[in-house]
Amino acid sequence: MQAIRQMIKLDAERDRGFAADIMAAPGGEQLERCFQCGTCSGVCPLSIYMDYTPRRVIYLTRAGFKQEVLKSNTIWLCASCYACTVDCPKGIHITDIMYALKQRAIRERLYPRAFPIPVLAREFFKMVRSTGRTSESWLVIRLLMNTNILKLFGMWRLGLNLMRTGRFSLKTERIRQTGELRRMLDAASGK
Amino acid sequence: MKYGYFPGCSLKGTGRAYEESLLEVLRALEIEIQELPDWNCCGATAYMAVDEIKAFTLAARNLAIAEKQGGDLMTPCAACYLVLVKTQHYLKEYPKVRDAVHRGLNAVGLRYEGKVKVRHPLDILTNDIGLDAIRARVKQPLKGLKVATYYGCQVVRPYATFDHQDYPTTMDRILEACGAEIVHYPLKTKCCGGSLTGTLTEVGARLCHILRAEAKRQGADLIATLCPLCQFNLDAYQDKQPGQWFEPVKLPVVYFTQLMGLAYGLSEKKLGLGRNIVSAAPALRHRSAVTTA
Repeated sequence: MQAIRQMIKLDAERDRGFAADIMAAPGGEQLERCFQCGTCSGVCPLSIYMDYTPRRVIYLTRAGFKQEVLKSNTIWLCASCYACTVDCPKGIHITDIMYALKQRAIRERLYPRAFPIPVLAREFFKMVRSTGRTSESWLVIRLLMNTNILKLFGMWRLGLNLMRTGRFSLKTERIRQTGELRRMLDAASGK
Repeated sequence: MKYGYFPGCSLKGTGRAYEESLLEVLRALEIEIQELPDWNCCGATAYMAVDEIKAFTLAARNLAIAEKQGGDLMTPCAACYLVLVKTQHYLKEYPKVRDAVHRGLNAVGLRYEGKVKVRHPLDILTNDIGLDAIRARVKQPLKGLKVATYYGCQVVRPYATFDHQDYPTTMDRILEACGAEIVHYPLKTKCCGGSLTGTLTEVGARLCHILRAEAKRQGADLIATLCPLCQFNLDAYQDKQPGQWFEPVKLPVVYFTQLMGLAYGLSEKKLGLGRNIVSAAPALRHRSAVTTA
């Protein structure tokens, strides 16, 4: 017997504030204008890997299906290549809407535990706050420590190649004014 | 004329060959640059995924430092370039962003009045220096070398200021001036996957495989890039099996500045050519001229 699952979206499950929230974000104003042509999904190099294609995410966002959108892998697979944004016939800033969705998914912790992409974003964020710069090797190490430590050992060949070519460094890059940076970031957020 | 210089984190890390070769070429062309004092990470794509206001403020600190130093800001890294240009646009177009960013800058005694021109080296080389001056310095033309020029996404999208959005040619013309033959490369602005090679490696590596396979199909001996992450992605995962139906494609991937440096007769070591994981040495033997040590 097949598993029973809901095939139709119900109006009652819509979060009306969600669409308004995205449209109020810088770059989200044009969300209403989408007429579902599918150009974005067509040019997106990652669309074949997405659970909801860009076109569907725009539709679901506008309709207020917050859970589906913020839990999709689409927003994380978006590589910010802007191909969709420049080809959208309605001038919708799709890539920037994807960023707005990423920010909300992180804020509300709506991503699978140990999913590498948001984990990388958070480690990147923490590292910049701490030192003002990113040290690539440490980023990768921290990413893998928080997702799949075994993968680190699987990367031995890449590690050796980078060491051989002098591109591997465990030095922690930092700026002098780390305190100033933190105060600046907090003041901008209104803290 | 002196330019400000914003290298970004990658050019001090895995992308150091880009900085090495760029500085060599700039020296040969007698272009003066001044690295921004105490510059911070631009945030790239990862930071914007977490907090938008902080992301713009982070980038704006560099703009404030650049404005104080003076001069146009040379920004070779594609991600840094896009972040800074996007920040400038958002500061102009969105009062909410402008107010928050200025609140942040003012809190630490910094100010930014929107006067910095953020420029990619391709823009500076093409429009300030000119192809004639670039051609004049060539000592060993890259004759016989077939190059696929790969621009990637962030330098041409969404703000295509100095080149065409879908089929840019500034890098092509510079390398032609150095004697190389540029092959037709329809995927020259198709995404390499960016940081996905580090997080979802199969996905990212597959996109890179497609790029190398097409370059090879078009007859390229090597790929020239302008972005440190593109170079890393195209270079570092060549032995990854792209899928059960495809053979891995091996093709060297260099920075366009490294090719310019070779045409200028500069040392391969100083141009960081030893830093390629897949060596460009066999492809460079195609050149009819002799390499100096």
